[in-house]
Amino acid sequence: MATDAAVRRWRRNPSLLSGAVILGLLLAVALVAPPLLRGAAETLTDGARLGPGAGHLLGTDAFGRDVLARALVATRLTLLMAAAATAASFVVGVAIGALVHLAPGWLRETCLRLVDSAVAFPSLVLALVIAAVLGPGTVSAIVAIAVAGAPGFARLTANLAATVADKDYVLTARLLGVPGLRILGRHVLPNISGPLLVLLSSSFTLSLLDISSLSFVGLGVQNPQYDWGRLLNEALPSIFAQPSVVLAPSIMLIVTGVGAMLLGDGVASLVDPRTRGTAPAPSGTADATGPADPARAPVALQAPGGAGAAADTEPDGLLTVAGLTVRAGARTLVDDVSFTIGAGRIVGLVGESGSGKSTIAMAVAGLLPEGLRVNASRLALGDLDLLGTPPPRRLATEIGIVYQDPIGTFNPALRLGTQLTEVARVHLRTPRRRAAQDMVRALADIHVTEPQRRLRQHPHELSGGMLQRASIASAMTTNPRLLIADEPTTALDVTVQAEVLRQFRRINREHGTAMLFISHDIGVVGELCDTVLVLHGGRVVDRTTGGDLRRGTVTHPYTRALLAATPAAVEAGGTLSAVRWTADAPSAQPSGAPSDDLSDKAADRPPAAEGSR
Amino acid sequence: MSAGSAAEAGPLPAASVRRVPRLRLGGGWAGFAVRRAGGLLMSMLLLVLVTFLIVPLLPGDPARAIAGTSSSPATLAAIRRRLGLDEPITTRFVHYLGDIVSGRLGTSFRFGTPVADIVATRLPYTVQLVIPAVLLSLVIAVPLGMAVGVLTRDGRRRRLGVGFGTVAGLLASAPVYVVATLLIVLFSISLGLLPAGGATTPSALVLPIAALCIGPAFAIARVVRQETASVLAQDYMRTARGHRLGSVRLHLRHALPNLVTSVLTLSGLVLTSLLGGTIILENVFTCPGLGTEVVQAIIYKDYPVIQGIILVVGMLALLVNLLVDVVLGIVDPRTLEGGRRGH
Repeated sequence: MATDAAVRRWRRNPSLLSGAVILGLLLAVALVAPPLLRGAAETLTDGARLGPGAGHLLGTDAFGRDVLARALVATRLTLLMAAAATAASFVVGVAIGALVHLAPGWLRETCLRLVDSAVAFPSLVLALVIAAVLGPGTVSAIVAIAVAGAPGFARLTANLAATVADKDYVLTARLLGVPGLRILGRHVLPNISGPLLVLLSSSFTLSLLDISSLSFVGLGVQNPQYDWGRLLNEALPSIFAQPSVVLAPSIMLIVTGVGAMLLGDGVASLVDPRTRGTAPAPSGTADATGPADPARAPVALQAPGGAGAAADTEPDGLLTVAGLTVRAGARTLVDDVSFTIGAGRIVGLVGESGSGKSTIAMAVAGLLPEGLRVNASRLALGDLDLLGTPPPRRLATEIGIVYQDPIGTFNPALRLGTQLTEVARVHLRTPRRRAAQDMVRALADIHVTEPQRRLRQHPHELSGGMLQRASIASAMTTNPRLLIADEPTTALDVTVQAEVLRQFRRINREHGTAMLFISHDIGVVGELCDTVLVLHGGRVVDRTTGGDLRRGTVTHPYTRALLAATPAAVEAGGTLSAVRWTADAPSAQPSGAPSDDLSDKAADRPPAAEGSR
Repeated sequence: MSAGSAAEAGPLPAASVRRVPRLRLGGGWAGFAVRRAGGLLMSMLLLVLVTFLIVPLLPGDPARAIAGTSSSPATLAAIRRRLGLDEPITTRFVHYLGDIVSGRLGTSFRFGTPVADIVATRLPYTVQLVIPAVLLSLVIAVPLGMAVGVLTRDGRRRRLGVGFGTVAGLLASAPVYVVATLLIVLFSISLGLLPAGGATTPSALVLPIAALCIGPAFAIARVVRQETASVLAQDYMRTARGHRLGSVRLHLRHALPNLVTSVLTLSGLVLTSLLGGTIILENVFTCPGLGTEVVQAIIYKDYPVIQGIILVVGMLALLVNLLVDVVLGIVDPRTLEGGRRGH
């Protein structure tokens, strides 16, 4: 099992694998080539300056030595020098970066500033200084590159250690009187080893290339020793007479660079928590709980007892959704969902995370992430067919959207005014000044203070509740026929929630805008909506009304379970219960408690397991 | 310090460059100027100190190291006097500092001419490589990286993504002098299109500049692509798509501004290392710039010239950093906050 996981991790990380293979091969060459090829590489022969041919794959140099053999033999010295320099930079840099935190404040500040200043210079400048002091030579090149690399390690260590030093476990250790050095060794360094490892692998390449560059300009390895840089240096004067001589060392340098880069990328993605353990795109692997079977008549499971048929048929359907199905690979996120919204009506979609409600909303808006397939027998807003490619202008002006997280919804780099008035300016060709005036009025209507100043501000200068109201005002500027609100109150605290809900009610009353309102909060949905669809595992399991929810007169077991799981019901005297219910077998199979992760990006999340079939 | 200098983000891609609440704009620039001037002064002092230390750090007797082992006591004494080696080290440093402030960089041991003159004649050759290379790498990297990032978003066009990753990775990790050598083999020797050396005609600059900017251009393009992908996945890009904008407006108006900060932050690092690359590169093309001169000076132990050139190259690096910070401050005022970004 453990080996399986290891194999999968390597397979999932092709750059780590190929980088390790390349560097492994180089290591093998470094071990094997000197004993085997030293003769061909260093014996002077009469066959000087031979072209590439049978005896000598890449020809011979001015002294009749085999060019390829020399490049291969040079691998050992090149790698050894780079390894020595990197090791020295690492030890010195990490020591400085870690110990600086034990120093008194003024010394620490001075050291950190010095390190910061040193990093601002190209590493080669520092290397040249050392080369000037020690004179050209192998050892001098190693020392030069080691010194040049140390500030990078020092700064990374110091920065990382500073973040770790504030962590609770370090503070605890400090309070317990654990000596500073021990804290560094036991608590700080192990916790920052990931990024250091990444820097170590990239630093090895840099050292190798920099040492070679010193040898290349004549400041590193001297005759009769040779590394790749020295070989290039020797080849350069005769480059016109014999261009093939530069090939072998060039190729070795490039291959090493690529190998180390791949390894570095691989290590980086290994230690990066953002990519660690992410599964590859689901493609018929074991984690799909069997292919979704379209033949499994959803009709029978959906809206039991036909309770919905009456409730959801709005006579003058403005938005018509019929047979909507959304698939991601083999998974079905939304399964044969149908409903209509009449003009001026509010329809709510409610369900747990992963029930597909946001996916439905985004399918209607035409904003699903790439890679999801949408099927429907009909998806239309009035005369606007949403399945085809509707004109962008009509989409932008006839559908207003309010998203869940008001902070993430706004572009942090643009002023609010730019973003809020964009649809009006781009699609309605409203002049900038008038669009701004309209927006100021709309913001004032929705109780945003100092609306004029807000337009000049960036999103991070406003509170979440303020941003959400601004986003509602923005969605309403074009007087859309349909307003889609995707968990608009979830990210807000309770008092702000109430205010935002009031605004939705006001808009519905004053403008007669139809709304599709998505929430996991059945209480909120019950308060606001005329009609409510209860979703589970991508299917509509119950259709009811806001009135029934408010009165608690719902009949479907899942809806009742959802109601029982809301704190409001508990306050009224019940016991808070977790929702355990599945569409297939309402009696037995637990579907897991509702997740407390509210982001509900259906694409990331499989629908709840469908129990035994 | 150094007001979030270009190097602040560390060696990891600066994906975590995030915002801090912004002060008022006026205070931002004033604070920025103060902090940045402090940092700059510190870096310059460090630079001066490091170049000064070259001579005192010479192993053994500096005078002997300079004059060679078989020199007469009279010569040694003369050198000692000339370098002021008889005085205490602090006095020497103060003199050195004073000389630099007043623009005197000493006299070359080899040529007997003022180092300032040598630097002045060599500098233009280096600058005419560095500036076009810096601009060209940015001009190539940003559109290329963004285009690939947009085209390969959400795992589309897998083959393009892998192909770009491979080629860009290869070109980004190939050292400047190898690229230069191979370009000479290809364009000067095999095709006979472009000269492989000298610095007299514009065509002689093509290969060095190309060799110089290929690596940085693709290194930056890789990051631009990665950042583009992460920006496109943000919620605010969905909002922008909800505004049903054209592709150009969507990407240039909404995505690009969010890339600039991290890309520029990284570019500062890449571009200073490009400066180091120039030193090596000049030796390939026998371009009479600072790089060839400093290498010769090291080989011939011409310490005043070494000191002078390293000072100037170091200053250029500081200038690049400062430039990046100022541009950052203009396009993304939040960075004026200073302090550490990233960690």
